[in-house]
Parts: sequence; C-alpha cells; structure tokens
Amino acid sequence: MALKLNQSEFEIHRDEQKCISCQVCVRQCSNDVHEYDEDNESIISDNIKCVGCQRCETLCPTGAIRIKQRESEFKYNYNWSPGHLKNIYKQAETGGVILTGMGSDKPYTIYWDHILFNASQVTNPSIDPLREPMEIKTFIGRKPDKIDLYKSSGKNMKNPVFLTNLGPQLEAEIPVLFSAMSYGSISLNAVKSISRAAYEFGTFYNTGEGGLHKDLKKYSESTIVQVASGRFGVDKDYLNSGAAIEIKIGQGAKPGIGGHLPGEKVNYEVSTTRMIPEGADAISPAPHHDIYSIEDLAQLISALKEATEYKKPVGVKVSAVHNIAPIASGIVRAGADFISIDGFRGGTGAAPQVIRDNVGIPIELALASVDIRLREEGIRHNISLLVAGSIRSSSDVIKAIALGADAVYIGTAALLALGCHLCQKCYTSKCNWGIATQDPYLTKRLNPEIGARRLYNLLTAWAHEIKEMLGGAGINAIESLRGNREHLRGIGLSEKELSILGIKHAGEAW
Amino acid sequence: MNLNLKYKSGYRVPSGCAVFGVINESGRVFNGEMVINAISMMHDRSNGLGGGFAAYGIYPEFKDYYALHLFFDDSLARKETEVFFQKVFKIKYAEDIETGKNNNIKNPPIIARYFVVPKNIITVSEELKELDINNESDYKSAEEEFMARFVTDFNYGSNNAFIISSGKNMGVFKGVGYPEDIGHFYKLDNYKGYLWTSHGRFPTNSTGWWGGAHPFGFLNWSVVHNGEISSYGTNKRFVNDYGYKCSFSTDTEVLTYLFDLLVRKHNISIYLINYILASPLWSDIELFPEEIRDIFKTLRIIYSRALVNGPFSIIVGNQDYMYALNDRIKLRPLVAAKNKDYSFVSSEESSIRKVCPSPDRVWFPDGGEPVLFLLNKKGKKPEIEHSPVEYLNEYFSSNMCKDKQKVV
Amino acid sequence: MQGRLGKVKKIFIREEFCIACRLCEIYCQVEHSKSKKILKAFKEEKDLISRVLVEEVGFNSFAIQCRHCSEALCVEACISGAMIKNKNTGIVICDENKCVGCWMCIMACPYGVIKRNISEKKVASKCDLCGDEEYPVCVKNCPNEALQLRDI
Repeated sequence: MALKLNQSEFEIHRDEQKCISCQVCVRQCSNDVHEYDEDNESIISDNIKCVGCQRCETLCPTGAIRIKQRESEFKYNYNWSPGHLKNIYKQAETGGVILTGMGSDKPYTIYWDHILFNASQVTNPSIDPLREPMEIKTFIGRKPDKIDLYKSSGKNMKNPVFLTNLGPQLEAEIPVLFSAMSYGSISLNAVKSISRAAYEFGTFYNTGEGGLHKDLKKYSESTIVQVASGRFGVDKDYLNSGAAIEIKIGQGAKPGIGGHLPGEKVNYEVSTTRMIPEGADAISPAPHHDIYSIEDLAQLISALKEATEYKKPVGVKVSAVHNIAPIASGIVRAGADFISIDGFRGGTGAAPQVIRDNVGIPIELALASVDIRLREEGIRHNISLLVAGSIRSSSDVIKAIALGADAVYIGTAALLALGCHLCQKCYTSKCNWGIATQDPYLTKRLNPEIGARRLYNLLTAWAHEIKEMLGGAGINAIESLRGNREHLRGIGLSEKELSILGIKHAGEAW
Repeated sequence: MNLNLKYKSGYRVPSGCAVFGVINESGRVFNGEMVINAISMMHDRSNGLGGGFAAYGIYPEFKDYYALHLFFDDSLARKETEVFFQKVFKIKYAEDIETGKNNNIKNPPIIARYFVVPKNIITVSEELKELDINNESDYKSAEEEFMARFVTDFNYGSNNAFIISSGKNMGVFKGVGYPEDIGHFYKLDNYKGYLWTSHGRFPTNSTGWWGGAHPFGFLNWSVVHNGEISSYGTNKRFVNDYGYKCSFSTDTEVLTYLFDLLVRKHNISIYLINYILASPLWSDIELFPEEIRDIFKTLRIIYSRALVNGPFSIIVGNQDYMYALNDRIKLRPLVAAKNKDYSFVSSEESSIRKVCPSPDRVWFPDGGEPVLFLLNKKGKKPEIEHSPVEYLNEYFSSNMCKDKQKVV
Repeated sequence: MQGRLGKVKKIFIREEFCIACRLCEIYCQVEHSKSKKILKAFKEEKDLISRVLVEEVGFNSFAIQCRHCSEALCVEACISGAMIKNKNTGIVICDENKCVGCWMCIMACPYGVIKRNISEKKVASKCDLCGDEEYPVCVKNCPNEALQLRDI
C-alpha cells in the first residue's frame, strides 16, 4: 500500500555545524530514524519514524539534535482536528483500534491546578521543617471505630492485654506509593528500580498483575501484590510474599477494559514470573470471571484473607467512573481494608485511545465524592483511601490528602524519574529508555542502581516539599491535614465544582 | 433585634487569648473575685471582644439538675424555647441570670437559666430506644447522651437562642467585653465554686459574638482555649463522624467535643488523652518499652484525626478535675502553680502571682505534657493505677530516660 | 607519577549496563585531542584515537580499556623503556616521547587495548586513566554507569 495520508508528528532538526557524525543517535534509536551515510560521512534522519522520545536529543554529545513537534500542515479546521484526521487515515489504512500509551493528554480540566493551599500568618506560627519535627508517616489498613481499653492482669502491667485488634497495617514513611506496573508491561530493570527505591525509602510498590519475579522477593516487605483478572503469577506463595494484596478491578486509563501482553514480550523470565507458557499472549479479561457482583468481590476478599491468615491488608483498585461513590461504599462493606481509586488521567502501557480519552472521571472529583459518601455512611474512617491517576508533584499529593486521601500512588511520575519522556508509545515495545520493553538491547539502558537512586531522590524531594507546605500551614503531622478541606480553596471553578470538591472559593475566609 | 448573634455559623474565628484556671482540690468553694482579679492581669492578651468564666459547685441546691444557661436574641425566641422546653424537660426552676450595669458591656442578649431533667428519655428520643438500659448507671449515661444530642441539635438548629452551658452544678458566664467587665456584669462575686476557669479573648478575624465567647460549655465540660488549630478541618470531621454537629464555628467547640467523645463516650482515661490530642512523635513512641509500644502506636493510629495540630493551650474543667494541656511543640504559653490545696494554671505567671504572691511551686509544663488537678473525693482513688501511663512512668524513671518522655 | 589520592584505582566494566552508545569512545578521543574541545577536535583535528573500545555482539556489549595489569606484558615487551608501570599507583603509562613506535606492546597486549598512533610520529597510545582528571572521562560520561572507577 503505497498511499499514506499521514504526516509525520515530529521534525528532526540537526545542526550540521555541531554534528560530529559520532552516530550515538543512530545507535540509540530503536525506531531506525537516524541512518549513517558512509559515502557522505553524514547522518540522515527520517521524520516519519520519529516518536518524539528524545533519546537521541538527550544523548547527543554536542547538542546537535532538536526534536520539535511538527506544526500540522493539515488545513485548519476547528471541528476536524489533526488528531481526528490522523486517526481516520490510520484506521482507513489498518482497520484497527488506535492504541496508545500513558495517560490522557486531552485538555480536560485539571482540578489540582484550580486548587490553592493555605499557609499560616500571625495567628498561628508556621513551622520550619528543617528545625522542628515534621511527621509524614502514614498507616494504610482498616481501623476500628474506637479503641477498647486495655486489660491488665492484676497489678502486673508487664503484660497489658489490649482489647482492640487493629488489624494489619502498612506503615509508609511517606504517603506516596508506587502504583501497579507489571513486569511485562515494563522491564525487569524498571521494576527493580521501583521496588528497591520503595524498600529503601520505606514505602511500597505494586507488582501490577505481572507476578513477582524471584529477584524481587528480597523487597517483599515493601511489596503490594496485585490480583487481577488474568491471575498471572498468583499462588499462595505469591499472596504471602507481599505486605498487602490488591485486587485490581479496573484501571483509570481504561475502565472496563482488560489487558493484553503480546506473546513476543513473554520471554522466559516473564513467562516464569507470570506462570504462563513462553511466547503465549497474556490476556487479562475485562472483568474477573469470578466477580460479577459485589458479593463475589466480598468472597474473593475473604478468600485472600483466609489464604494469608488475616495478616495482610486486602485492598481493591477501581477506576474512577461516574458511579464511583456507591461503588466504593460497596467495596468497604465487602470487607476491603483499603480502596485504590485510579482517575481517568492515569497511565497505561497500552489502551485503546478512544477509551483512554473518553471514559472515566478526574480523580479529584472522584476522591471528593467518595470521601463524602463514605463519611455520610459513617465508614470513611474504617478504611484507607489511596488515589492515583496523574499525581504530578508534591503539591498534588498535599491537595489529595487535604481532600481526604490517605495516600497517593504515583506511576507516570515514577517512570518520568526513570527517563520516560511521555512519547506514549509504550505499546510498541520499542521504548528507547528501557522502560516499556523486553528487548534486551533496550532494557539494558535502564540501570536499576541509577533508577532506584533517582526514585529515592524524587521521594526525598517530595517529602521535603510536603513538609515545607505542612509547616507553612502550621501543621506538623500529615494526619492533621487528612480531609482538612479548610486548607483548600478553589480558583476559577463553578459553584457546582466547588460543591463537589467540598471546598470554598479563593477569597472566602474560614 | 440583637445583632450580636449574627456570627453564628459559617465563619470560624481563630483567636489569641488569655486563659486562667484555679481549683481548690479539697473542694472548698470561693467566690469569683479571685479569678476576675487574676484574668484582669492579662488585660492585654484580650481585646474586648470576648470574655468569660466557668464555675463548678455553684448550684449545690440544684445539683441533680442540668443547669442550662441560655442566650436569647429576643423575647419571642425565649417564648418559643420555653414552650419547647416544657415538652422535653421537667423544669425545676427558671430565672433570668442577674446582671449588673456595666458601661463596657453593650447589647447583651437575654440571659436566663433553667434547672431541668429530661422527661422520660425513652419516649422523647427514637434513637435512644435502641440503647440497652438495664440499670441506673445505664440510664444515667443514656440521659447524658440524650442531653448531649439535645444540646448540639438545639444549637445547630437555632439562630436566635443558644444553650451555652449544660452541666450539673456548674455554669458558664460569658459575653462580648473584657473578662473583668464580663465578670462584674455577671456579678460573679455572688457565686461560690471550687473550680473556676476564665478566658479573655482576642479574636483576629471578626468581631466577637456572645455565643462565640469562651468558655465553651457542654454537659459538665468547660473549655477555655488559647490558640488556633491548624487541624480544625480534620478534627471537626472526626467529631462530625461520631455525630457531633458544630454550630459555633470555634476551635474550642471542636476541642470540647473531642474531650466529650474520647473521655465520656470512648471511655479513654484522662491520663491517656494527651497521647491522642498532643501525641508523642513516632520517633518517641519507638523509644517506649516494647511491651506497651504497640498500645501507644495503636492509640495514635486509631485516633490520628484527633491529634490537635497548631498552637494551643487549653484548660478543661469538669466536675472532677481541672486539666490543662499544651500543643506538642509548645507554641502557646502555659504555666502551672500549686499553693497548699489551691492549684493554678494560666497563660502568664503574673496572673497567678497576682492572686497568690508566693506559691509553693511554679512550673512550665512541656509541650504535650498534661497538668491534671483532681478534686479529692473521699474513697475515690485516682484511676492512674495499672494504666499504661503508669507503666511508662516507671519505665522512664527506672531507666533514667526522663528527658525522653515525661508523664504526669 | 602520583595517582589520585595515592590509591590504586581501576576501571571496572559492567557489561550488563553497557548500552553501546560509544559515548566513552567519543569523550576519550576528545580528552586526548589537542584542543580537548569536542567540536574543534572532531571538525578540525585528524586521526583522533580512542583508547577505550566498545566491543559489541548482538545486545551484548562492553567498553574495554587498558587493564593496567599487575604483570604487564606490554612493559616487558617494550624495547625503549617508554612503557612503565608506576609502582605506587599501578598505572601503566606509555611515555610517547621515548616511544619509538615498534608496536611490540600491541603485539603483546592480550586485550588489544593499545592503539597505533600515526597522527605525528609513530607511537603507541593507550589509556592513561586521564591523569589530570578526577575521573577518567569514559567513566564520567557513561550515561548508564557501565564503567566505574573503584579503589582496589
């Protein structure tokens, strides 16, 4: 088929004065964009193959390359955007669903950017976290309504008996966890980086549905093992290898959609970890075929608790959809110890673009409405609420916690720390940054020692910033911010949006 | 039309303040002169927008009746309220609270008191029917619960009448003005109590209103408070989740409900309260002896939302004790003193010295270190025995770790 | 010649992290050029020689430079006394002023990391651990830390 109607997305600018023909770009591009011409001793680049990952630009020793978003030369049309044209041309060529990776890039309102945080002045001293204690430790798990008093055996208080059974808790040094990204969708080196960073910092990472690779068992006390609809790698040993279990019902980027890891990514290591044949497609069904209702979920939760002798919190991850508040309520009543809600801007390794960009709701609104609903039912304090779906900075974390979250999950932010440039081509398995690929030539590019260090640094930096913001508001423990919406103000939001978020508009006093 | 009540809801009024409390631990009663004298010493800590007093032991002749102090906007509100009260309560005695003329006190509301007991609480309240009432003590706590709900609901639903005090044998006297003016306005030298607390207010964000003055009274609790609570939203949400409705938009109201919830409803010993409201740092808890570390850890995890963050010093009055506490990093002043069977707590030492020039002992409690003065009742032992706190005490004194954690 | 901090240091090769970008080779050439400036060196100077070599088969690759052997065969083979091993630092250096370009060292080296240099007079050129720099440039510029300088 010679007729191709699509235009290239990027323009590669090579400054010939600076190019020394060292061919680093040639060797680094997995999409074969750059080619060395021996006759001319020069490099020729092909725009149409470029995905805009900027690997060549980053590694070029002389700064000779610039990748620029190409201005569309399609005739301007407000209604028929270049995105529509490109997709139609592509689909007319291939007859396929348009795939994409990472979170939605469509310009829906980002509520984080319409919320402002508070600080103390005069009536209340702000606190300097460099000189005063500042606590951001967070516990995730089911909490009872009240404490029941201790019983002492006679006059001897050496062995006081405590009547309240708190149940298993995850103790995180920062209310930021790494969200579920499976080995298979990302490389082992990426998972190694994430798990090691979580372990060293004292927080948690999530296996996704990729099973638990044997090299990662040493980090098991920082591991949340996921049970998803494909049940890959799930056995009793797996369940007991983690600190907690998460049942994955849905993912923010693709609510209602399952997953598909193509057979070519299922190499020996992936196949043993997932417990499936090498080279076989790993298909996660859209629903769990043993969960068609809330009571089925309750059964799975108790089955998992039985299997782990009630020693591990069991949570449920759902994507933020219109009816999320009652769904969350059902999940609490089904016995979950924590709920993870993934907003529609959450990332993915592969999703149909039409789903990613059109299904679900923003995490800010989902969080606010779930929190309020659970409080109305008097069950909010019983469970922990984790939110995900594009937490981009420490200020997003602070705002999420003030809106009522116990902690947040970061996925995309973690991958960015590992080098991801958001080219959204994860599904091609050609990730030049060694993240979303199983090609050994590419996975080598991510040194887990560097990756773990960078993620650790990111958490350290966010922890500092969170403490600065807390201190500025005169608070020295993160729990005093949880659900403290008094410290938030909306800006540029409608009455309706403010009422859903449960916050006042900027300019309104207490 | 009295506009002084217009600030009822919607605005929270953080405030700086002066607090003072005195108790005679033997239960001897004394009149309000001393406390007025003491609080007036801290005139500069308030700005004339609120002052008040709580006194215990003042109504011995009605000690089995809930003494309700009310503010009314106008006589119509009073009429309506009284009709309503007739339905719910057996009213033993009712009268206007006697006030004197004071040029500095402007626009007072109608102030009256009612000594009441609820009629059969089972017939009045649907919700209480579910309670399992087998004996007198069950009935007594059900009655308290009824009163608690009645008072919060009444205040929540009302715009022109407020119950500002609802305990037995105690009362709250407060208003807009300097505390010494308020004290004279209420003629407090005519009352005799064994425990007095007082408050001079310096609200920062709005003019004061009568209902928002301190002390905040709720059942037998009275709370005076100096500070601004940064965790207000979280704490309010916490008490809301347990059924308390906040009507006065003050930090003090939330603090009072915290005490009521934790001590009265969750039966948590007063000795443990500071481990919740001003909990030790996680790093300190790690230093606790292993056998009881989990207890304190669990306490903090379950009641994390009751941690009061931001600067505060509070004095809490109760029929049995006077309790004072600072925030855990001591961002507000608090000084305590003892002289024979009189015990004092105050924002400033000067006010104590004013009424008791040379106390036996004066000390400055650390952040998070409570001060508790119990009313000595014959035959009643302090409940500290066999508590984890006692164990902590022993541990740290025997291990020479006093600096790590001080326990009263 | 005084080594860094007077300690014996060696470059360790971690082939599992070598991504075959060959930036080590490029920076080595620059470091040993006249100008030491990347654009000037590549655009104006001739016969740049990298003393580090990336070996590559499929996705396996690694960068190798002089191992500064404890029993250095090149030193034994040298006929002019140009190739010397520093007893304190363990570094093997070729004094290019003394070198006569017989290339016996190249014959003797089991790793093939000594290069013929004919840009001026014939000499043997090899890794000198970038004597003036805190870290050898190949180590410093490896984007994936596949080369590490360690004390031994």
